[in-house]
Amino acid sequence: MTHLDGNVLAGPLSELFSVDMTVAVGRCDGCGDESVLAGAMVYESGPDIVVRCHHCDDVLMTIVRGPGDLRVEMRGFGMLRVPL
Amino acid sequence: MTTTAPPVVPAPSVWKVGTVASVHTETPTGRSIMIDVPGWGGNLAGQHLDLRLSAPDGYQAVRSYSIASASPGDRLELAVDRLPDGEVSPYLVDDLQVGDELEIRGPLGGWFVWRPTQTEPVQLIGGGSGIVPLMAMARAHAASGSTAKFRLLYSVRSPHDVFFADELAALASPDFEVTWVYTRETPPGWPSPAGRLSPAVLEAATIAASEMPTVFVCGPTGFVESVADWLVALEHPAASVKTERFGGK
Repeated sequence: MTHLDGNVLAGPLSELFSVDMTVAVGRCDGCGDESVLAGAMVYESGPDIVVRCHHCDDVLMTIVRGPGDLRVEMRGFGMLRVPL
Repeated sequence: MTTTAPPVVPAPSVWKVGTVASVHTETPTGRSIMIDVPGWGGNLAGQHLDLRLSAPDGYQAVRSYSIASASPGDRLELAVDRLPDGEVSPYLVDDLQVGDELEIRGPLGGWFVWRPTQTEPVQLIGGGSGIVPLMAMARAHAASGSTAKFRLLYSVRSPHDVFFADELAALASPDFEVTWVYTRETPPGWPSPAGRLSPAVLEAATIAASEMPTVFVCGPTGFVESVADWLVALEHPAASVKTERFGGK
């Protein structure tokens, strides 16, 4: 299976955030690109997710599902702007 | 530049149980499924849901599916294409029966969405089962009486692989132009040979960038990325091109 895009993050991130995060704009630490999370590249491996910058491919975020928790690493986001 | 923030889409994270109300064969590999979900409350055109299947050994698989309907209320419609090496799609297309229950989370997604309050022209571009969220948009457009100009470009392998064929034929009109691209087999008497969508056909069949349309592109990842690149080359602003990748090739 090839990659997907940030639209599929809506469900998993709804477990953590009370508003839809796919419309949030993130700034990539690697290249400075500012885009909606819905436009990021998403790679799934079982229940785990890697989110990469659509422009430079740097890892923005990882979501790893454990037996009793959800581990989120916001590795490449310098900033996230969420419309309210 | 000032923009108005779109209405916030609440993110329902609670898993609900839906019951299959009906199933309908759409193509040799695809099926549409009506599901009743108490408490669903309707969804916007273009939104998706997550489906969770659990095996007896505790293994769980979660997949996102675009919703073909955009009605208020607790009944929704999915349309699923069976992927050759799929884990979940073969079950939904071949095994699922009326009365079966499904775990569903949603409605989800606030980006790949069309609201009837939008007045700009809309270009829909779908490949294969990518038609599903675009169908929801076409239905919402018709139901709301919106006068926004809508065009659809639908790329499929053959006439047999069209989802919602009858409904699309009925929706097609001077206000909703539909262009078909057949990549492997055309209908009898079709004026052009079968072949993949090309930048030239894309340009000829879609609303020009000068009309400032919002463009929604959905289908297999490769299809979506090629089309999105061509649209930007045709001078559509990147921010006006919204994409939803279904994976696959």
